[in-house]
Amino acid sequence: MIPAGAIAASYLVAAVLFILSLGGLSNQKSARRGNFYGIVGMLLAVGATTLLITGNATGFDSLLEDDATRNAFAGAIGVGALIGGVMAARVGMTSMPELVAILHSFVGLAAVLVGISTYLAPAIPVTEGGEVVHNIEIYLDVFIGAITFTGSILAFLKLRGSVSGKPLTLPGRHFLNLLMVSACVYLSIDFVTAEGHTAVESLLWMTLIACVIGFHMVAAIGGADMPVVVSMLNSYSGWAAAAAGFMLKNDLLIVTGALVGSSGAILSYIMCRAMNRSFVSVILGGFGTDGGGGGPAITREQGEVQTFEVSETVESLKEASDIVIVPGYGMAVAQAQHSLSQVVDFLKEKGKTVRFAIHPVAGRLPGHMNVLLAEANVDYNIVLEMDEINDDLPKADLVLVIGANDIVNPDALEDPASPIAGMPVLEVWKSETVVVMKRSMGTGYAGVQNPLFFKENTRMLFGDAKVVVDQLLTGLRS
Amino acid sequence: MKIGVVKEAWPDECRVAASPKNVQRLIKQGFAVFVESGAGVNASFTDQAYVDAGATISDVKSAWADVDIVIKVRAPMERKDLNLHEADLLKEGATLISFIWPGQEKELVEKLSARKATVLAMDCIPRISRAQKMDALSSMANIAGYRAVLEAANEFGSFFTGQMTAAGKVPPARVMVVGAGVAGLAAIGAARGLGAIVRAFDTRPAVEEQVQSMGAEFLTVEIEEDGTGSGGYAKEMSQAFIDAEHALFEEQASEIDIIVTTALIPGRPAPLLITEQAVKNMKQGSVIVDLAAERGGNTAGAVADKVIESHGVKIVGYTDLPSRMANVSSDLYGNNICHLLDDMGKAADYRVDEEDEVVRGALVLREGEMKWPAPVKKLAEEIKKEEPSSEVVPAIAGDKKSEEKDRGPWVMLLIGAALIAVGWTGSESPEPSFLQQVTVFVLSCFIGYQVVWNVSASLHTPLMSVTNAISGIIIVGGMLQLGGPLDEPATILGLVAVLFATINIAGGFLVTQRMLKMFQG
Repeated sequence: MIPAGAIAASYLVAAVLFILSLGGLSNQKSARRGNFYGIVGMLLAVGATTLLITGNATGFDSLLEDDATRNAFAGAIGVGALIGGVMAARVGMTSMPELVAILHSFVGLAAVLVGISTYLAPAIPVTEGGEVVHNIEIYLDVFIGAITFTGSILAFLKLRGSVSGKPLTLPGRHFLNLLMVSACVYLSIDFVTAEGHTAVESLLWMTLIACVIGFHMVAAIGGADMPVVVSMLNSYSGWAAAAAGFMLKNDLLIVTGALVGSSGAILSYIMCRAMNRSFVSVILGGFGTDGGGGGPAITREQGEVQTFEVSETVESLKEASDIVIVPGYGMAVAQAQHSLSQVVDFLKEKGKTVRFAIHPVAGRLPGHMNVLLAEANVDYNIVLEMDEINDDLPKADLVLVIGANDIVNPDALEDPASPIAGMPVLEVWKSETVVVMKRSMGTGYAGVQNPLFFKENTRMLFGDAKVVVDQLLTGLRS
Repeated sequence: MKIGVVKEAWPDECRVAASPKNVQRLIKQGFAVFVESGAGVNASFTDQAYVDAGATISDVKSAWADVDIVIKVRAPMERKDLNLHEADLLKEGATLISFIWPGQEKELVEKLSARKATVLAMDCIPRISRAQKMDALSSMANIAGYRAVLEAANEFGSFFTGQMTAAGKVPPARVMVVGAGVAGLAAIGAARGLGAIVRAFDTRPAVEEQVQSMGAEFLTVEIEEDGTGSGGYAKEMSQAFIDAEHALFEEQASEIDIIVTTALIPGRPAPLLITEQAVKNMKQGSVIVDLAAERGGNTAGAVADKVIESHGVKIVGYTDLPSRMANVSSDLYGNNICHLLDDMGKAADYRVDEEDEVVRGALVLREGEMKWPAPVKKLAEEIKKEEPSSEVVPAIAGDKKSEEKDRGPWVMLLIGAALIAVGWTGSESPEPSFLQQVTVFVLSCFIGYQVVWNVSASLHTPLMSVTNAISGIIIVGGMLQLGGPLDEPATILGLVAVLFATINIAGGFLVTQRMLKMFQG
């Protein structure tokens, strides 16, 4: 038997460890220690709770009386750890966004289940007069959880490409959302005021509607806004956990939920700022098509595109001494990062300055490119953020744009009528020569034409990024 | 309103105050333009070109006397062919726009004053951002800097760019530019363009970035002293600093093939920078172009308008560099004037508005009344933020971020208040434990907020996966629901929640670990 205070103390230590875990991510060196703190915190929290529910803490009755339940609990932990472990071990770094999205949906689902379960059989006795507040807490927990659940599932499918990234713009979709939210509010009146725990039906109906809201909300958001969606869902999963904490009177859940919630909110904010879009307009959706014909068509005299052969690119690479590489989603899709890393090593050996310029929304996840480059063993000291490198771009002899489009679009700065006007971009066109590696002349996620391709100092190098980079490598070595 | 474009009286002056292109523009602004016959011939602008542009060709007298505004390049002087001073050609009460140098040319200003003239000096346009397009000193300095390099190349007996030929290897020329103002930067650009290795020196630390952006190496002395004066110009330095400069240049001289000096301090004789010793240290056949030769020169032995040879080094002291590229310099000077007239209301609303600080700064005489120098109080404010405005931007961006960061806590306070309000409406008075929970919640948001802003952008993906893993803490909720037997719905739901939360925890931490391992590389 351990004293009840020890449980509370473990929770406190776990909460502090979680904070340290996030704090550790402030730089690469301390990041792994941060993750370790998180793991220790989690083990402590789960361990303490296990002691608590098995009746090993003084002052608490054992909850796990039933043997079958006990076995099932052990089984659930075992199976869950196995599934999670296998998923995490198998996932490729390019599919990271999908994994993160599906994991968010699990938190959402867990929050819904815990919420409903708590309503059916409250584990913590509800104080006299606290019924209404308790019900509100349950209701909120389930509501947020359900939105997170279905929203994340759809985000997962969109990121995998199983569902088109095109925004679903139903007529009167804002009205539809409003209607559904009103229905939830209406149901809440019935639910909150119900005597005893009899309004399960209202709760389930609301769960269903919230599921539809979550689904519809993400459906309306275009693929280009995916980084915002993923970080927003990250935030929601945190708020769901916090709501569960209120519901179960558990401070650890509240603290952790709040940490995760504010972290996701800040990430969403950073992503929105990187695209110069307001959070509200992203949530309301309808922007960013799947590429190709969609989007606002801008027909303007664009001039001639000048193409480059691989051999010419090799020559330029040999001549240049200051090279900047701008990777985009195309590099991730083609899995070109490993070959690219070899090209970079080769060039650096020749005494050239080679740096990467990363736009905050390159890829489909905040920091996506950094992860891929790290996977390919690129030294993170040469991987720079947009703000760090933009001033240096005019000095660069050669900029290689690999599978990126909207993030290097000069229209964002030059054409106030452009849909991406005002979005900060990497000003690659100011360098001496830009080589753009792309599969085709297709538009990016924002669906707008890119005048960069028609600039005098731009050369297009068409082809699959992986194939072309491999050819570059061969060309450089010969 | 009539504008007269007159021929320059200075014998070697090839420029003219307006090119045919500028004339077109003036006509568009509503002016009638009269060009003295042959005014542009030295700048390769024929009378016919002016006629084609819409101007009227007229003789000296009418170009000077039958117009309201006379524009020219150099300050008025004795016109030898007419035996008349140009000031006397000006119609009484008319306006003159040209270089004047009122500080040095007291006599001229008196003469013009006697003619009741209104005089705007192009050399007195204040150096503020808005007036950059009218700043003739800058536009001419730019040309002078470029031309200085060409003159040096002309006198220099070798390539600028390094060459590897079948006959042998030639190293690239080494150029040192002293004074990185407009002329200095233009010289750096021109020398770099020809393929030389360029070093540059300036007393103002702020220009280091500009020098580097042009592809040159920035030289410094050990002594720290900021030579930034007002109006973007340099100020005079202490003796210790000057000694250090001399030592630096003497040391550099042995490696350098070409020196371009552009150092001028407003209203003072040019500082001596390249000592006799430095000249001696240079290789035979090296070249020095001294852009300050007119004001005594930066180089020991420099003579204005002459090329002399000293210790085997050619010292070029031309003072008419813009005039040597009269075609383009006339055009740019004319543009400066067009912009000024634009600012003054074009022909229709033309007026000499003393409230306009650009006009006030340039105004020397108003109907004969002395107006120079302009009071400085108003100018001082804007002068500070001239040219290197790009440097200010990062600082502002930084402030913005912290500003955003500061806004967060207030939002959280609001959320906290809102939550308490919800709790209050739920029951007559919120229970203490609820209030306590809100406190914990708001404080945690606050901590999360502070911590997450510090997360490096490159670690945003690991941040997401780790927060994902720790949001699996919801498992605790599931576990607390396991109180009943296995056939109770509440228990089953709890179990499923535990299962999914565990997947989340295991998957999240493991994948974070995998990612971070890669970052170690």
